[in-house]
Amino acid sequence: MNETIRGLLTRFGGLPVPVADIADDADLYAAGLSSFASVQLMLGLEEEFDMEFPDNLLNRKSFASIGAIEKTVDMILGSRKVA
Amino acid sequence: MNVAVAIGTDDLTSRAARVAAIAAKHADAVDSESRFPREAVTAMKAERLLSIQIPTDLGGEAASITDIAALCAVLGQACAASAMIFAMHQIKLSSLVEHGASSDWHREFMRRIARDQLLLASATTEGGIGGNMRNSICAIRVEGDQCFLEKDATVISYGNHADAILITSRAHSDAAPSDQVLTAFLKDQYSLERTVVWDTLGMRGTCSDGFLFKGEAPAVQILPKPFAEIAAQSMLATSHLLWSALWYGIAADAVARAQAFVRAAARKSPGVAPPGALRLADASGQLQMVKSNVVAALKVYEDAKADVDRLSSMAFAASMNNVKISTSEAILPIINEAMLICGIMGYKNGTPYSLGRHLRDAYSAQLMISNDRILANTSTMLLVHKQDTNLLG
Repeated sequence: MNETIRGLLTRFGGLPVPVADIADDADLYAAGLSSFASVQLMLGLEEEFDMEFPDNLLNRKSFASIGAIEKTVDMILGSRKVA
Repeated sequence: MNVAVAIGTDDLTSRAARVAAIAAKHADAVDSESRFPREAVTAMKAERLLSIQIPTDLGGEAASITDIAALCAVLGQACAASAMIFAMHQIKLSSLVEHGASSDWHREFMRRIARDQLLLASATTEGGIGGNMRNSICAIRVEGDQCFLEKDATVISYGNHADAILITSRAHSDAAPSDQVLTAFLKDQYSLERTVVWDTLGMRGTCSDGFLFKGEAPAVQILPKPFAEIAAQSMLATSHLLWSALWYGIAADAVARAQAFVRAAARKSPGVAPPGALRLADASGQLQMVKSNVVAALKVYEDAKADVDRLSSMAFAASMNNVKISTSEAILPIINEAMLICGIMGYKNGTPYSLGRHLRDAYSAQLMISNDRILANTSTMLLVHKQDTNLLG
């Protein structure tokens, strides 16, 4: 999952630094992630994992770092298994 | 004696109404001379309106954004430039109130604003960023305890008349353009060299000249939160809400003038419906929609205020964007209709029904943060965010 997220971030993030240099807990917005790029990243994640982000998770916190994205996606995929 | 409490016995609306009476008296001169509305701003200070948002323990009155919006609407009916200066000051203050409470320096600064009724200006625009205030080129330099900043600020509204400026920059020289901080500089900590003169169609009294800003101050004056959070959680929302409230005020005064015109005609010819009467009814309906929209958006803000996750959610950002777009667009046809009702008396300057200033001021609404930019932002969010279809939710 971490690798997939990093792959999508490379493709859609438009970051000025290589994604490999970004720690899992580093602030992506401080690294230069724009709101437009973050939406492209969300769309990429929705397509890749065949899921939808519920509105209550569409906030800065859910996408603030690679670790946060992993947690957000895990939570959605996890709740789907339960349902 | 606690002055704020003593004055608090007189309600905010009456205090704003007294300021509005003074603002209205000078509105045409402010407009035609493109000058700072000093009489209105002096009156705001005398009525201690510049500190109403500050918490009571720091010398303010803890007024809510809804309270302040109501005052913006009162002032907007009198002089849109004065109302805009009041709104912009309150927008800057919201950054301090919401994001500066954890910093000793900023708490003391709020006490000083309340004590001395300091007027705050904003410098978020910069040459070369293409109008996107969420990007900066300039970077703040911190050396020891001091910070230094130079910025080609293409707009600082009432920059020459402010007592302090809150200014954005990149957080350090290696920071990405969107990695920004907001720093408060006091008047004796910066110099302004005017580079652009504000000579515009409307909103002429805001004196939104461009300046080369050079400042040096203790580094503790940098706000402790990233500007991205300040923008998302308070600044964009309060801007859209307070602007919308004063824009409503401009349209409300235009409709009031049109109604006075129709009533005067009706009194002269009893039993005959005056020619503008139907249009007035239509304008009144449109005005009600603007008002309802602003009131609903204020409720969204007050409901979300306690919850940081909601404040930084797409649903919240989209609804704030929507109120700005719709209000800024809706006021123009309303004022136009008022002009059709008043006819040549509305078109002429210096009559009780003059609407030229209203119309010119109202044209700024679509441009201050371009509606196209805001629509682009909302349209991006709508790729993932799903519209809430509940009537009351």
